[in-house]
Amino acid sequence: MGRLSGFNVTLRQMFKPRLTTEYPKVKRHKPERQHGRHVLNRYEDGMEKCIGCELCAGVCPAHCIYVRGADNPVDDPVSPGERYGFVYEINYLRCIHCDLCVEACPTEAITETKLFEFSFTNRADAIYTKEELLVADDGRAQRMPWELWTGGEDDHTSAWMRATAAGGAAEYEGRVGWSGELGFGVRPPERGQSDLVPSQADTAPHFDESGPGH
Amino acid sequence: MSHLVAVDPLFNGSVSWSVLFVVVIKVVIAFVILLVSVMLYIWGMRKVIADMQNRIGPNRAGPYGVLQTLADGIKLFFKEQSIPTTADRPVFRLAPYLSIMPAFLMFCIVPIGGTVSILGHRTFLQVADLPVGALFILAMSGLGVYGVMLAGWSSGSKYPLLGAVRSTAQLLSYEAAFSLAILGVLIQAQSLSTHDIVTLQAWHTAASFVRDWFWVRALVPFGIFLIAATAETNHPPFDLVEAEQELVGGFNTEYTGIRFAIFFLAEFMNVITMSAIATTLFLGGPSGPGLGFLARANFVNVWLMPVLWFTAKVLALLFVTVWLRASLPRMRYDKLMALGWKYLIEIAILWVMVSAALVVGKDQHWNPVIVAPVSAAIAIVAFSGLYMAIPKAGEHVEEFH
Repeated sequence: MGRLSGFNVTLRQMFKPRLTTEYPKVKRHKPERQHGRHVLNRYEDGMEKCIGCELCAGVCPAHCIYVRGADNPVDDPVSPGERYGFVYEINYLRCIHCDLCVEACPTEAITETKLFEFSFTNRADAIYTKEELLVADDGRAQRMPWELWTGGEDDHTSAWMRATAAGGAAEYEGRVGWSGELGFGVRPPERGQSDLVPSQADTAPHFDESGPGH
Repeated sequence: MSHLVAVDPLFNGSVSWSVLFVVVIKVVIAFVILLVSVMLYIWGMRKVIADMQNRIGPNRAGPYGVLQTLADGIKLFFKEQSIPTTADRPVFRLAPYLSIMPAFLMFCIVPIGGTVSILGHRTFLQVADLPVGALFILAMSGLGVYGVMLAGWSSGSKYPLLGAVRSTAQLLSYEAAFSLAILGVLIQAQSLSTHDIVTLQAWHTAASFVRDWFWVRALVPFGIFLIAATAETNHPPFDLVEAEQELVGGFNTEYTGIRFAIFFLAEFMNVITMSAIATTLFLGGPSGPGLGFLARANFVNVWLMPVLWFTAKVLALLFVTVWLRASLPRMRYDKLMALGWKYLIEIAILWVMVSAALVVGKDQHWNPVIVAPVSAAIAIVAFSGLYMAIPKAGEHVEEFH
């Protein structure tokens, strides 16, 4: 074919199946550790986990987190211990969902849900305050009117930590090294990484195949 | 007047109001067909290219995204139309229409069906059958250059001017090869009227596909026509006019809103018209086998089948242009010029001379086995003489392979 072989290439493509997922109609399965909108977790007794240490704000590459710590009121403490975060804001116009804040947090106070479908029409909505980020009394993320929760986004909010040891050391794999959460208690470890046999790993991400429509 | 449209039986009697009405209907229908087919072609082109690139393509507006072009058109219609302060305003406003008019007028002489009866008048299914139809094609494709050239010039801006200069050079260069390719058919048909050309290619038996249609008897002109027509319509791989990466869009850089849309429309209208003309000249136009089990005078055989055959042939050619668009990278400018001037024109002239000699020789009862090589030899000797007479530039220009 020589010079004309390019025509064959383009023609052959016509009969191949499309790989495009037609997003709003067909939604792909969200990976277990997808980085989405944050939540501020609470202990089983309802106390906030955040201690206002500002490590998340310090590590944030986009400078989108603003934290102010304060001493706990003696008669009505907000978190166990000395300090709590009395201001906690995340600016989602700047957040790049890198998850560094989650890694930095010493008390597992901030984690990410898998929610990424949220769009706001003004700046005030884009800046999530502590009241909006805190989990509700059932331990689940609060749902803002502009967020699209399709289900399952906040099921395993901090699952990335439970999958293996908190410190990542192999000898702690499968051992509980985390505190309980409001509404869920102390969650058991899901599975060790060494349980992942290759066949499971291959089939792990599954797609909603409702046909390559076009 | 009677000379211009003599052959159409519509004008055999006196020109009455109903005859005028038929003419108006034909003009309106032709215009609507062309506009709608441009809309569908742009959609189809995007879909096919998407298929060839393993994408989905437009699929939002209407079923299968078929209304995408309409949506784009409506959007452009309501956009602001800005005119640069340095622009020559009247010319700037005029240029889009200069670009679209020839595209439409060229379509007017294309027969899209057989001879039918409308309101009791027998008439050809084409807007006008000019005795000089083929020359009209050349005239209109030449006029199309003005739209592009004036648009670039009147914008008062650098890039449009560069784009216009490029395109004018390109269009004029390929006009020669284009004309010579048409000449290849005219020598065979011995008529300039598109209706005559189509009648000569009428479908008698299955052998008509090879024997009567001109694509075999003018095989080389057919190829040259397709290449030259692609270049004339600024379609890839000859889309240097709007080389986005180099010219910020080319001659239409300064155009916005509906004026930009008209240029766009003209470009794709030209593609459809060129395909229609290639169908008319080389592929028998509306001729093709009718449905044998129906009477020859049946509505389906008289009206429907010719139109269907015409549409099918045009669609096949349009698919080829889209295929080219998806497959080939843009040519370098010097290679474009080399292809036009050094190869297409020479081959076309050679073909025209030999086939003209053969046609004359047939009348004179000369032996074609002798006529063909002798005329080819004369042509090649003449070429060589010309080639040696023209002084070469100092450096070696890389040739098109």
